Amino acid sequence: MKRFLLAGLAGALVLAACGDDTPASSTPAAITLVAYDSFPTKDTPLNAALDAFTADTGIVVNIATAGDTGTMVTKAVLTAGNPEGDVMWGVDNTLLSAAIDGMVFAGEPTQVDFGDVCVNYDIAWFAERSVPPPTTMDDLLLPEYRDLLVVQNPATSSPGLAFLMATIAHTGEDSWQQYWTDLRANGVEVVDSWDSAYYERFSGAAGSAGEKPLVVSYGSSPPAEVVFADPPRDDAPTGVVESTCFRQIEYAGVLRGTKHPDEAAQLAAFLLSEAFQEELPLTLFVYPANPSVALPEVFTKFAVVPTNPFTFDPATIAANRQQWQDKWTEIVLR
Amino acid sequence: MRVLTANEITIRFGERTVLDSVSLKVASGEVVALLGPSGVGKSTLLRVIAGLLQADSGSVWLNDRDVTRLPSHRRNIGLVFQDEQLFPHLTVAENVGFGLRMQRVGRTETAARVEELLQLVGLEAFANLHVTKLSGGEAKRVALARSLAPRPAVLLLDEPLTGLDRELHDRLATELAALLRTTATTALLVTHDLDEATAIADRIERL
Amino acid sequence: MVGLALFYLWPLATLFTRVLQPGSVSDALSAPGLGRVLWFTFWQALASTALTMVVGFAPAYLLARFRFRGRSTLLALVTVPFMLPTVVVGAAFLALLPASWHGTARAVIVAHVFFNIAVVVRLVGAMWAVLPTNLTAAARTLGATPAQVLRFVVLPLLQPALWAAATVVFLFTFTSFGAAKLLGGTANPTLEVEIARRATQLGDVDGAAVLSLLQLVILGAVVWWSSRWQRRASLHLAAGGAARMARARHERRFVAFAGMLTALVMLVPLVVLMSRSFRLGGGWSLNAWRTLGSSEVRPGVSLGVDPLASLLTSLNFAVVAALISVVIGGLAALAITSARRHGSLLDIGLMLPLGTSAVTIGLGMLITFDTAPFDWRARWWLIPLGHALVATPFVVRALLPVLRSIPADQRAAAATLGASPLLAWLAVDVRRTLRPLAASAGLAAAISLGEFGATTFLTRAGRETMPIAIARLLGRAGEIPRAQGFALATILLVASGLIIGLASGATRADWGARADGE
Repeated sequence: MKRFLLAGLAGALVLAACGDDTPASSTPAAITLVAYDSFPTKDTPLNAALDAFTADTGIVVNIATAGDTGTMVTKAVLTAGNPEGDVMWGVDNTLLSAAIDGMVFAGEPTQVDFGDVCVNYDIAWFAERSVPPPTTMDDLLLPEYRDLLVVQNPATSSPGLAFLMATIAHTGEDSWQQYWTDLRANGVEVVDSWDSAYYERFSGAAGSAGEKPLVVSYGSSPPAEVVFADPPRDDAPTGVVESTCFRQIEYAGVLRGTKHPDEAAQLAAFLLSEAFQEELPLTLFVYPANPSVALPEVFTKFAVVPTNPFTFDPATIAANRQQWQDKWTEIVLR
Repeated sequence: MRVLTANEITIRFGERTVLDSVSLKVASGEVVALLGPSGVGKSTLLRVIAGLLQADSGSVWLNDRDVTRLPSHRRNIGLVFQDEQLFPHLTVAENVGFGLRMQRVGRTETAARVEELLQLVGLEAFANLHVTKLSGGEAKRVALARSLAPRPAVLLLDEPLTGLDRELHDRLATELAALLRTTATTALLVTHDLDEATAIADRIERL
Repeated sequence: MVGLALFYLWPLATLFTRVLQPGSVSDALSAPGLGRVLWFTFWQALASTALTMVVGFAPAYLLARFRFRGRSTLLALVTVPFMLPTVVVGAAFLALLPASWHGTARAVIVAHVFFNIAVVVRLVGAMWAVLPTNLTAAARTLGATPAQVLRFVVLPLLQPALWAAATVVFLFTFTSFGAAKLLGGTANPTLEVEIARRATQLGDVDGAAVLSLLQLVILGAVVWWSSRWQRRASLHLAAGGAARMARARHERRFVAFAGMLTALVMLVPLVVLMSRSFRLGGGWSLNAWRTLGSSEVRPGVSLGVDPLASLLTSLNFAVVAALISVVIGGLAALAITSARRHGSLLDIGLMLPLGTSAVTIGLGMLITFDTAPFDWRARWWLIPLGHALVATPFVVRALLPVLRSIPADQRAAAATLGASPLLAWLAVDVRRTLRPLAASAGLAAAISLGEFGATTFLTRAGRETMPIAIARLLGRAGEIPRAQGFALATILLVASGLIIGLASGATRADWGARADGE
């Protein structure tokens, strides 16, 4: 009796399994946009813009996310030539060298947006305890800010990597390791992705159950808190520590080996169009690369633009990224 | 002086009553044979006396001391098994000296006693041999020596000569009888063979 | 045989050539923290082994020597964790242990003990069961206290089984991936976790390849050293062991106490796992289960993997992997039994993947099948194939004893009765092997369902398996994703348990047959 059941079950599942190969290009064409995990897959104006693209061209766009940018880029390198998608969004300047060395793109990737990775703080949290929020990178090592900061793992997350680079730029290539040793001693929490850190560990994010009032996020995160505030408010509940900011530029491009090169090229072009770029500020909370897009008022009013953010030239990043990541892991996680 | 007394031993395995109020007495220096067909419970009685099995009711007395609740290793009652049960990972000498070692007797004293017993059973040359290399008869002699080494108050023997061919059987029977007499051992022997019982024992009891 | 060589040796060979590139070895070996990873992997395996041997000793004794009501249930309870997916056990201990234990070495060790008690109970118990009861009785009549009996009679005679069990547990805990990843985190990685991290997080495939081969060398050394010790006196024990009912009061108390404690230890982590999936915000809630069909993390934003879709994917893969394993494994077992003289060589050749980590198999496949005309990274069957490679050694191990037990002259007898050779073979071999084949298929399916190490390298968007989905859910810091992770782990637990139950129903649960090791 058992054998019969087993055989029947097996047979049914085999039949189900047999029809499981990816179909070749059929009409209408469907392509996949690979992005980091905080890229929305539906219901936002950004997705509406993509739907309009579909209506126009007949090309359906599926969005595939798997983690923060670091995870995404490494996966792209491992699947280079036989990619999981057709267009990739969101490789930033800290990880661009990894993507290019790994021959991930067909052709040159283009800039699609930029922003500043900075430490954000929860205004109300500090006000309630009458503690002034930190104002410099070194402040984060002070005992009054012990156990309050959440950062992301630079191996898996691009803002995490950007913040690491900010600390290196700030303290110098010889002393950054001491900075992180001290930061670890001061109780820094590490999470894998920005989305998880901001929305699950940060106390100042709308809808978050987190308890930490300091998080590595963006200079343009405060507008998000104004937009999603419930009840509505006209001041920003979170602030930005300007002296910790690192300039981040994000790129997108067609993936090498895509089965739909024409459709992918169309999507890549669309990603730079006004129709798409004008939704970026209030969905991804980044600055659009397209200069003819007007920024919404709430964005200009509440986003913090640092006057002198840290940067690194691409060559330095390319040469040192991996060993910086390695050493950081040693110091902070082990 | 009564050395060993078993009073009204009753033991049940599930539904089956194996021993029903069995009593037995063995005097000091006496060799008693317990005779009976297979399955009647002779081995079971031995195990109860040795402390390997707990009876449902009844008592065991040794030298006017109630040992019923005493664990086997404290009773000083030896048992020679039907199939010898020599320790396969030890040599002949180590087997024979095992009981003394457990009593933490010193090395020299143990060695002396082991030699004494091996001489008694005629196996002095076999001291360092591994027991797996022994023949049937040799193994039985080693088992006997091993049980006698710690000077037990009573020695129990469970069908010690069963399964041997005629010639070996008769020879060992004579040896066993002589050995028990020489060492003045109080012994209780279990067998189903009347001739064997007559040859070795002073008195025969039936179960 | 050719297929076997292809899919095993080819990826391993590619790993070798990758490593032979100048500079890659020294680069990888001088990476900061490698020494610490190696040392940690080694000492946690040692500690896990020691602790498992101690903890598993009493249950082994209980199950080998005593008959009691519920014995077969207890035996099943003890064995099931061993067959469970590593992510399920990892998730169970994440649910059970307090937050201060997360990411620590002791969490990893505790989970390892839970996993591997079955090895001690089965291997040591199998030998203990045939230890003649009269032997220990003889020792007792010679004045040995119970402790002395253990020390001077039982342990020396159990030595071969003790060594075998310790070696197996050491190998499994050394190459631990799923549980180590979830419980040790990035702070305390084992070598396997570090290999995966280098490849899939840092993109340092060369470094990962060097570490894989380093691990292979270490494992080979351990197996060689252990077998030298095991080759010593394997004693011939006369049959005489039999499990008995507990009679004496202290025995009955031991049986009850040890039995209950063992059952509790085996059940509590799994029960806690299930209950934690129903707890949200300090209270009970079905929310995690209800939202299991969506992959939404917050409005509009997706986790990137649909938990329920992963269930279907896993089931599909399990069926395919089982079929492949049974075919390859069956052929291999046949080849080994018929190749009498060279059979042992083939046997050892197949043992190699058993000691090889699943991570190494995954990494090897990743870098081998990534260039045309063998660019199979997008093929749907690559992952089930990887699962089959992990599962085949177990299938072979299960089938060998059965095939070997069919005497060659029985086949000859069938032939003389007029059956052609093929029919003769079918009539005798296949009929006898059908049941074990079904059982092995079940075993392979269970292994595939829970496979995590190799899949980590080969996973692709849209085709994530349940273990991948569980790991991703548990990697988030939010309450709901975590509860969803526990819920999905519960589903995987139940599915695995069902398959294992069905498969073991088809095998003879026989102490003697198990004694040749798993």
